[in-house]
Amino acid sequence: MKTLIKKVATAALSAALAASISVTAQAEEKIKVGFVYVGPVGDAGWTYGHDEGRKEMLHKLGDKVEATYVESVPEGADAERVIRKLAQQGHDLIFTTSFGYMNPTLKVAKQFPKVKFNHATGYKRSKNVGTYAARFYEGRYVTGLIAGEMTKSNVIGYVGSFPIPEVVQGINAFTLGLRETNPDAVVKVVWINSWYDPAKEREAAEALIAQGADIINQHTDSPAPVQAAQDKGVLAFGYDTDMSRFGPDAHLSGSLVHWGDYYTDVAESVLNDSWTAKDIWGGIDSGMVKMAPYNKKIPADVVTAAEKARADIATGSLTIFEGPITAQDGSVKVAGGVKLTDGEILSMNWYVEGVEGELPQ
Amino acid sequence: MSLLSQCLQNQWLSSFSLEPRPQESQLLRYLSPVLAIVLTLLSGALIFLWQGQDPLIGLHTFFISPISDSYGLAELGVKAAPMLLCAIGLAICYRANIWNIGAEGQLLMGALVGAWAALQVMDSGSRFSLTFALLAGSFAGLLWALIPAVLRNHFNTNEILTTIMLNYVALNLLLWAVHGPLKDPNGFNFPESALFNDSVTLPIILEDTRLHLGLMFGLLAMVAAWVLLSRTFIGFQLKVIGMDASAGRFAGYKEKKLVYFALLICGALAGLAGVSEVTGPIGQLVPSISPGYGYAAIIVAFLGRLHPVGITLASLLMALVYMGGEMGQIDLGLPLAIGSLFQGMLLFYLLACDVLIGYRVRIKKTVAATAAMPASEGA
Repeated sequence: MKTLIKKVATAALSAALAASISVTAQAEEKIKVGFVYVGPVGDAGWTYGHDEGRKEMLHKLGDKVEATYVESVPEGADAERVIRKLAQQGHDLIFTTSFGYMNPTLKVAKQFPKVKFNHATGYKRSKNVGTYAARFYEGRYVTGLIAGEMTKSNVIGYVGSFPIPEVVQGINAFTLGLRETNPDAVVKVVWINSWYDPAKEREAAEALIAQGADIINQHTDSPAPVQAAQDKGVLAFGYDTDMSRFGPDAHLSGSLVHWGDYYTDVAESVLNDSWTAKDIWGGIDSGMVKMAPYNKKIPADVVTAAEKARADIATGSLTIFEGPITAQDGSVKVAGGVKLTDGEILSMNWYVEGVEGELPQ
Repeated sequence: MSLLSQCLQNQWLSSFSLEPRPQESQLLRYLSPVLAIVLTLLSGALIFLWQGQDPLIGLHTFFISPISDSYGLAELGVKAAPMLLCAIGLAICYRANIWNIGAEGQLLMGALVGAWAALQVMDSGSRFSLTFALLAGSFAGLLWALIPAVLRNHFNTNEILTTIMLNYVALNLLLWAVHGPLKDPNGFNFPESALFNDSVTLPIILEDTRLHLGLMFGLLAMVAAWVLLSRTFIGFQLKVIGMDASAGRFAGYKEKKLVYFALLICGALAGLAGVSEVTGPIGQLVPSISPGYGYAAIIVAFLGRLHPVGITLASLLMALVYMGGEMGQIDLGLPLAIGSLFQGMLLFYLLACDVLIGYRVRIKKTVAATAAMPASEGA
């Protein structure tokens, strides 16, 4: 018995020693970080936001990291080759930044167990694949509060990409905020079935304006909807990055995402060998979701109310998906006092009251 | 500078002229793509210099390192297979002057219906599940090509327009299906089907790579198309109506039947390409099956001189250019646009060199007056 304990102790000690050696070895090394982008880095939206995060990481960690990116990688058969190539070329940490890379990322991760992968906006994880996403919907709720005060026609147009939970959460959170300040306002949604297609995004925005929308919100990656709103003399909310320069009169604010801190933290965790496959879903409190600057057009009391809501979301005293919430058909979807769990939010496939049209199922 | 350009205009350009050859040059028909590739490589070297890269390292990264190991070579096959299948079908159409631009839509319908079939039978345990899915996909592509064939034969519509429009219809059908009936019930409403299991997945033909049976389909199609076009009467008829439709009619060839034949073959091959993508490297139905393979195949068909062997080489070259664009980003940090630039240059030079098939360059002994020859530059 004693020898067994001794053996175990020795084994544990040597394992700990080995681990500590590898920690120091790792710490002195430089790591290579790869990014796979779904759009061009100049899209001024989603991919641009990730690339800004990559630059911030490089800036903060200096010569401890090196970064590579591959842009406009199609979400079909090509993704696996690109991800694999990055792993094969000695990248220690790889971020795959679009939902469609989920299964390719998992396949490659299986072949390269030592490489760390982080996949954005997906739901499958493994030993060396973590996931991350931002609670954009928190910022969208705040934009909803503003929209309710600013609309005159009581119709808001919403340019949607794909009818997946992430986008539906945004529409619902926005509508909840909207009807908080203006119970008569409604939201019309147009789906363009693409993340990045400036021509379609613009067409969709124009169609919504023609249907009476005087504020355009978007869950697509280019600033085309903001530009359309500017040209037609209506208002808009941007997304991902501060899009105010594309429509200085139209752009009211927007739900921004800030990946820089997250990318820096993850790279650091690889440097000091503490990386694990986590599921990160950061919101306003973690600094991952921010608000774009408020347009001067917005009355001061509306800004104050919006900022208060933002602060309350950050402290947790305001929960967006807390009952009573009425579904589109008027039935009570969430009873008073009940908060939706993350799992329920992540699989959201229903509209709240105030959204018009049918959710494609 | 202006003096130099004047010299160039006055003396250089006008001392060359293009004059029609009595007969098209067969040698240049095959040499022109080679010339285009050489010019593309030279221009590419200049672009690398301009980007501050060593041109040799640049060209090596783009054209050698993607295929420097067996995995890379296998990936070349994975990428080329769908373009090869589509381009073989298109070449049969184009030989007969049937301007099918719809390989993309036929491919998408093949993927959609093939994936539907795969999802229906994958849990049945039948040995024929994969065969069923492949046949269903090919048949769907064939039916999709039947529409423009009927429209052309019976309503005299222009197949260029109908096939292009049907591409968009097919894409929207795919999006509808993947957001609707074929969506993975356990997939949190994300737009993709369930993952296929092994019974409906194409076998891998090179271990530890993604090279699947789809490339074999492409190579078989190449051989079959070559036999068809050069050894059979129907191939002869196709070529005759392509060269002179009235001669074909005079000889009693049934043009309508030939239109059906060419379009349906092309549709079936493109459909097979589509179902091979979903049951091969992708492994499920997703909204983005093809980054434009059906359109790239048009380029491949012409780059390969509408000849099955040429098309095979051209599809490999096209695949290499795509992969080179990825390597350039990973290894040299060059923008994606450089890869697209190579594609553009290749086409541009091919079109430019093709002028030499019908025309020859004449160097004039005396420097002629410049104003008299403006037409020679545009020829």
